Amino acid sequence: MSGLDKMRETFRRDQVWNFLMPRYTYEDVLDTSKGPILYLEDVTVSFDGFRALDDLTLYINDGELRCIIGANGAGKTTMMDVITGKTRPDHGSVFYGQRIDLLRLSEPEIAALGIGRKFQKPTVFEQHDVLVNLELSMRMDKRVWTTLSARLSGEQRDRIDEVLEIIGLKNEAYKRAGLLSHGQKQWLEIGMLLMQDPRLLLVDEPVAGMTGHETERTAELLTSLAGQHSVVVVEHDMEFVRSIARTVTVLHQGSVLAQGDMDTVQNDPRVREVYLGD
Amino acid sequence: MSYLQQYFQSDRAGNSMLGALLAIAILVPILNLAVPESSVFHVSTYTVTLIGKYLTYALLALAVDLIWGYCGILSLGHGAFFALGGYVMGMYLMRQIGDRGVYGNPELPDFMVFLNWQELPWYWYGFDMFWFAALMVILVPGLLAFVFGWLAFRSRVTGVYLSIITQALTYALMLAFFRNEMGFGGNNGLTDFKDILGYSLQSDYTRAGLFAASALILVLAYLLCRNIVNSKLGRVVVAVRDSEDRTRFLGYRVEYYKLWLFVLSAVLAGIAGALYVPQVGIINPGEFSPLNSIELVIWVAIGGRGTLYGAIAGAILVNLSKTWFTGVLPEGWIFALGAMFVVVTLYLPRGLAGLITRKQAQT
Ligand SMILES: Nc1ncnc2c1ncn2[C@@H]1O[C@H](COP(=O)(O)OP(=O)(O)O)[C@@H](O)[C@H]1O
Ligand SMILES: [Mg+2]
Repeated sequence: MSGLDKMRETFRRDQVWNFLMPRYTYEDVLDTSKGPILYLEDVTVSFDGFRALDDLTLYINDGELRCIIGANGAGKTTMMDVITGKTRPDHGSVFYGQRIDLLRLSEPEIAALGIGRKFQKPTVFEQHDVLVNLELSMRMDKRVWTTLSARLSGEQRDRIDEVLEIIGLKNEAYKRAGLLSHGQKQWLEIGMLLMQDPRLLLVDEPVAGMTGHETERTAELLTSLAGQHSVVVVEHDMEFVRSIARTVTVLHQGSVLAQGDMDTVQNDPRVREVYLGD
Repeated sequence: MSYLQQYFQSDRAGNSMLGALLAIAILVPILNLAVPESSVFHVSTYTVTLIGKYLTYALLALAVDLIWGYCGILSLGHGAFFALGGYVMGMYLMRQIGDRGVYGNPELPDFMVFLNWQELPWYWYGFDMFWFAALMVILVPGLLAFVFGWLAFRSRVTGVYLSIITQALTYALMLAFFRNEMGFGGNNGLTDFKDILGYSLQSDYTRAGLFAASALILVLAYLLCRNIVNSKLGRVVVAVRDSEDRTRFLGYRVEYYKLWLFVLSAVLAGIAGALYVPQVGIINPGEFSPLNSIELVIWVAIGGRGTLYGAIAGAILVNLSKTWFTGVLPEGWIFALGAMFVVVTLYLPRGLAGLITRKQAQT
């Protein structure tokens, strides 16, 4: 353990960020050779004394599709807030690969490192067309002056079309995002994640408010993403979790209660107690 | 051309407005200077100055619409940047008076002689040169906006809190400029100007020139703003307005976007102020009044925010009615303005511009 710490210290050099940020590439710094792409260790977040996350330790492997379940208030969204830089923990460490300390970075920096996030409440740019929503999400230099003169290249336009196809909004490309149905907004937001070309997707309750058919298609989509991307899905819907999950983590009162495949987790007596009250 | 460009650049109302502005920039001076006073087509110098003043207000409204309509930053202190631009121009005009002041001091403006000051304060240096003053018209409001915006946006002050501190900013500046020790003429401000770039401010030709300059600069500012809001940067800015968090998690540094837009807006407001002062002939601390800043937000709301041309139309129409109203029923104006605001908010949430876009959607 101390050897690992030492190694982290060695690589905690600020120079990395300066040369990294302007080029908006992260592949050469992200080191997942040990397996996990995300390391959360002893993360604690408290709000006025209440511990939303309580010494949470969790690893996500590179290329894995992981489901996180837990009752309302278990701390699932707070965990995503910590990873994406919105909330700073009281203590603990959060590493992206072995070398990148996420606690030292801001939200846009973290996003530029290839960590994309879908919010629990679908959040798209309602006044913009579907197409513009995707255009703005595209992975590229996002500084003010480059953005002022940015023009879509043919390649980028193709990528937008491709994503429109994937999320099934081809016919809605010129529709204002605010006019989409709830399920379509969820998809658009997933599409915006795809445009970022992220390595790690954090997806908070993607099927809330979706019909059965839509849920099925979302399951297919997320499953197809695993492999090239690492996907963390927070969900309540047990059927949905069962249909996609290989590994399930149960979160309870801010820490991990159980982890394993769906059957193991469902038969775990502690999980049954928390979920079914027996 | 890309589909996006075609899609965003169909600004028909804006183009008509630009045409109208260019037309009056040429016609009004001609009707004033070349048409004899006896003719019904003659435009009086009084009218030229009045409309010229409205045009500077329109530029100010455009500046506010850029940040409020597109980025959701409701500044209730934009009058401060306008006034600062005005003071900078006022300082230049004061230095142009030279020894023609009441006290005949070639170095010191009258109010300084009156206060028994012996020499020109250092911050008045350079203002006898037009290029220097012109530079300061941009730098002074721009720098203030930069420092203010840097502090506010980095600490993520938004919404009502931001509006309140912008009010505080303009109020604080008003109190400061009221003080004689500040060296800007105290509550009398700067006035009794004689000429600009060597041309007498009393001359009809100078006034027509200032009028045409105001119209042309408004046209250029409109084109600049339209290019910005039609660019990808403009789309990011609207995204910030609609969902700041989403934008940030996509990797945009929201505070920088807000900062640059805010600075640009302040510079435009400063230029408006600099064009205003030679036309009205005075600048005093009253221009910093918090009420002014609120009133100008109402112009934009009435014209329709987020369209650019709506802001210009709003500023001109509201001020036309103000002039008319104060002639007929002076005490009634504030109620009339309030009533207009209420009616527009209730029935035309997108302002007068909303009428045009609705009509376009039908055809
Ligand atoms: N900003 C906040 N201030 C105070 N309490 C919060 C805040 N955010 C979350 N909480 C609390 O932390 C707990 C965990 O919330 P959350 O992470 O949203 O749960 P989940 O997403 O698992 O339903 C809840 O009890 C919630 O009330
Ligand atoms: Mg939640």
